[in-house]
Amino acid sequence: MYIIVIGGGKIGYYLSRTLLSEGHEVLVIEKDQAKCQHISDELGSICIRGDGCEATTLAEAGMGRANMLIAVTPEDEDNLVSCQMAKQKFNVPMTIARLNNPKNRPIFKKLGIDVAVSSIDLILEHIEEEVPTHPLTHLLSLKDGEQEIVEVKVPPTSPVVGKRLKDIPLPRDSFLSLIIGKEKGAQLPTPNTIIEPDDRLIAVTRPELEGELMAKISGS
Amino acid sequence: MKLVIMGCGRVGAQLAKLMDEEGHNVTILDVDSYSFRRLPSDFGGRELLGDGADEDTLRRAGIEEADAFVAVTQGDNRNVMAAQIAKHIFNVPKVVCRIYDPLREELYETLGLDAISPTKVFAQLLKERLES
Repeated sequence: MYIIVIGGGKIGYYLSRTLLSEGHEVLVIEKDQAKCQHISDELGSICIRGDGCEATTLAEAGMGRANMLIAVTPEDEDNLVSCQMAKQKFNVPMTIARLNNPKNRPIFKKLGIDVAVSSIDLILEHIEEEVPTHPLTHLLSLKDGEQEIVEVKVPPTSPVVGKRLKDIPLPRDSFLSLIIGKEKGAQLPTPNTIIEPDDRLIAVTRPELEGELMAKISGS
Repeated sequence: MKLVIMGCGRVGAQLAKLMDEEGHNVTILDVDSYSFRRLPSDFGGRELLGDGADEDTLRRAGIEEADAFVAVTQGDNRNVMAAQIAKHIFNVPKVVCRIYDPLREELYETLGLDAISPTKVFAQLLKERLES
């Protein structure tokens, strides 16, 4: 694939190095002369100096034949504009943006950026996974972002312990898809399944309902 | 009307002054409180310190009830992003932004953004002046 990377800082540099080693054709666009020189010295002449939001620079970089654009500068507005330029002016099929402020996810999505990656969100997800006391873990955000798969651990003190599933009212649009018990292992939930302490429930829900779901299951 | 202006440079401050004088409800945003010195001492609107490309700041500025939003910071991309947030997330009825780069302005015009390129406008004015 021909991949254009906007921003030659640390992320741009290591990303390009990895993509090159995977056999892709890579071009980096970077404003700063010193960073540009560093990339050329280390990785060969794959860096051009310029503004990755300017149509003339992008045209010069061969944006018209690029399969993918990845914008990883430390400024969200620059990443957004680079991606929009690529998408709208050059019809690049895939645009990926680094999100510095995770709150900008909705606007990036609305404006047609294919993938927005937030390192803050990724770190938070790992904290949730690694810290065992956290009662709810995000496992996967489904593609449209309106639904997600989460894991909730049932504390021994929860009011749902010992109850049958059919007697536990879940929030709307929330479903249990799997129950993983300490001894019984993974099983598909049925209306008569009885919840035991320390069961891990894998559920599909909506982001705005996760608090309600957690309250229902953990009893807090 | 209720107007939110992002960027209290010369243009932002001048626009704020004009709209305030006509009795409109004006809120002006800037990331540097020193910029507010450009407003006249009898400015009746609200000055708010913060980044207008940030949704929370826009909410504090009252974007949800605003009739119009103007983005006139020094950064084209910052203006473009804030204007798109105002238009697509907060559905502000009238959104105008400044884009210095004429090519970028053309692109965003085709994407439905109301944008003005001072570069283009001023070059045209100069050309007309030279030819007259």
